[in-house]
Amino acid sequence: MSTAKRIYMDHAATTYTHREVLQEMLPFFTDYYGNPSSIHQFGREVKKNIDIARERVAKAIGALPEEIYFTAGGSEADNWAIKGSAYANRKKGNHIITSVIEHHAVLHTCEYLEKEGFEVTYLPVDRFGMVSVEDVRNAITDKTILITLMYANNEIGTIQPIEEIGRLAKEKGIYFHTDAVQAVGSVKIDVKQQNIDMLSLSAHKFYGPKGIGALYVRKGVKLISFLHGGAQERGRRAGTENVPGIVGLGKAIELASGKLDESVARITGLRDKLVQGVMENIPYTRLNGHPEKRLANNASFCFEYIEGESLLLNLDLKGVAGSSGSACTSGSLDPSHVLLAIGLPHEIAHGSLRLSLGEINTEADVDYVLQILPEIVDKLRQMSPLYEKVKG
Amino acid sequence: MIYFDNSATTKPRSQVVHEVTECMEKCFGNPSSAHRLGMDAEKKLKMARERVARLINAKPGELVFTSGGSEANNMAILGAIDKGQHLITSRIEHPSVLRLFEKLEKDGFPVTYLDVDRSGLVNLEQLAAAIQENTRLVSVMHVNNEIGTIQPVPKIIQLVREKNRKAKVHVDGVQALGKVAVDVKKLDVDLMSLSAHKIHGPKGVGALYVKNGFNLKPLMIGGGQEADLRSGTENLPGISGFGVAAELLGEDLEAKLAHVKALKLYFITMLQALDGVLINSPADDVHADAILNVSFEDVKGEVLLRALEDYEIYVSTGSACSARKAAHRNYVLPAIGLKERHIEGAIRFSFSHLNKLDEVEKAMAALYKILPVLRRVKK
Repeated sequence: MSTAKRIYMDHAATTYTHREVLQEMLPFFTDYYGNPSSIHQFGREVKKNIDIARERVAKAIGALPEEIYFTAGGSEADNWAIKGSAYANRKKGNHIITSVIEHHAVLHTCEYLEKEGFEVTYLPVDRFGMVSVEDVRNAITDKTILITLMYANNEIGTIQPIEEIGRLAKEKGIYFHTDAVQAVGSVKIDVKQQNIDMLSLSAHKFYGPKGIGALYVRKGVKLISFLHGGAQERGRRAGTENVPGIVGLGKAIELASGKLDESVARITGLRDKLVQGVMENIPYTRLNGHPEKRLANNASFCFEYIEGESLLLNLDLKGVAGSSGSACTSGSLDPSHVLLAIGLPHEIAHGSLRLSLGEINTEADVDYVLQILPEIVDKLRQMSPLYEKVKG
Repeated sequence: MIYFDNSATTKPRSQVVHEVTECMEKCFGNPSSAHRLGMDAEKKLKMARERVARLINAKPGELVFTSGGSEANNMAILGAIDKGQHLITSRIEHPSVLRLFEKLEKDGFPVTYLDVDRSGLVNLEQLAAAIQENTRLVSVMHVNNEIGTIQPVPKIIQLVREKNRKAKVHVDGVQALGKVAVDVKKLDVDLMSLSAHKIHGPKGVGALYVKNGFNLKPLMIGGGQEADLRSGTENLPGISGFGVAAELLGEDLEAKLAHVKALKLYFITMLQALDGVLINSPADDVHADAILNVSFEDVKGEVLLRALEDYEIYVSTGSACSARKAAHRNYVLPAIGLKERHIEGAIRFSFSHLNKLDEVEKAMAALYKILPVLRRVKK
């Protein structure tokens, strides 16, 4: 094994599972492995712990426990919220409003619904990746049944004006769903105050386990089930509960919301240092996303005259794990739909790098990245004929 | 503690827990990430896929990981059909199949529900007559979760192929894995659902076998993971744990099945010495040995379950998924023709190869003490 430096700055793709979370989960593999639907004591004990986790999730986002439904993750929560509310309210209308920078779980689901006869408005964003509340208002028709907009963007970190959009949706009597997968654990959320009707979250983005998420559904929201079968989750989401996952989600969200302010302050400090260092020391560089209204952990850049993929590879060789675009699109050669949406031309969007910080990152990590990144960028640019000309 | 509720869920093997833990702590990368941690995760994903594939004789590329058996069933059925097509299933399917078909019926799909005989076997003549030109999907479970009936899947598939080349066959294999030998190539099945937590793997993970070349529509849309068939960041610890569980199960599977058979035979032999006992899942070729469903006359199943609980013996009445709500009353036992007297006193003992013969003896000893008391109270 090499003892070389390993710095993980890809927390927006996924996080490791926190030790305390893991400890809380383990007994549900080894001792309390009963099926929560079983009526014997061995199942009932397990069921109690699902209820505790549900309360923890509810508390973290200002919901009622009975408004929380566990899912297999953020993508299922998004699919369920959008398809489930669209079909349940089809008699009222067939129009859905979303934005061009949503996660693919939202975008592709909306595209699917278009084929099924729904109409979808894809709102543009400004150069910071911000949706305009006026645009939302203007897009609303008497057929609009759902507004689905992400809380914070996974690639560039921009945080949308959720509360204003929530107010507008409420005023117009339209359901408002937000994909908050990137926001939960990084932003203070209160679904009641923000008038959110449905909210998707995923545990593995805030030091919880993979394979578990939740959908908050405000009491009274009409929603058709996504997975049909057994009577789990009060008859709305079938399948034997992923008990260790649910318990882990509960613990992770409690930990994250307990130290939210402190952790956001520390990570913002590191992020700002990183951004400042990069912008000052590397020419022909842009910061993507909103300068202030952005996730504390997100630093997204475009370096002109280089390919994001080679940059990633070189960083990886030096022990730094980052991402171009998002994890889901890393394998793809197309530039990110988000970067194109904020107006970047293809060739610049190709040179993107997302560094997303987390609680294991230290100031020394940032210093190390600031030390190696300019060298790598410079080395790669030396190989670019275009750069030669510009410098020329 | 004696755990005879292995059809509800099983205890994860220690090697499985170790694998899950290691993935969470060390191999936590997102398999879609381009960096080393992501690539390590992808390697684990590949290995797990190979392991599960080997267990059922599939090619690794034919497996799609899901969040469990219910998702696999939903995905298989919804992904295979188009509006207006005729569908066939049986009356004793798992709720994740049956409830879905009931919903599809409301949405306008014509559905034929096959009856079952006293053993729980579907009526093949009825099936042959039901297959139409417009029939798209036949969905039957391999092994029933409550009474262990093993459907004649090869015959069913042969029949479907003869009658309609375009019709596809989905098999809910959730209860089959670990209870009978499963070979998807021999069966020539199109789709088969699997679940990890029924084979000493973790909860929250399963898989759908999709025969090479089948153009299935995805249920979960998004990032395009699992060859675009099932989006969402892969539950790597769960998947990798599933792989380990599959590998462990595959080791000496025949010996494991033989051990479970011995458990059931021993249990039945002893039960036959009792009065007022009806065996709903005899030890024969058409019932899986892992499931022993018994009706105790003049006893309420739930009361007996509680009494056994005092001896730290855990069993089930009906299936766990449907046990809580009256609206979800047992429908399998009535379907095989049981009368109320035998339905209300039905208990399911479900075994794993990890159960021991002396556990059967202890359970019998408990029954000898409990039954006379309960029956006296009732009379």
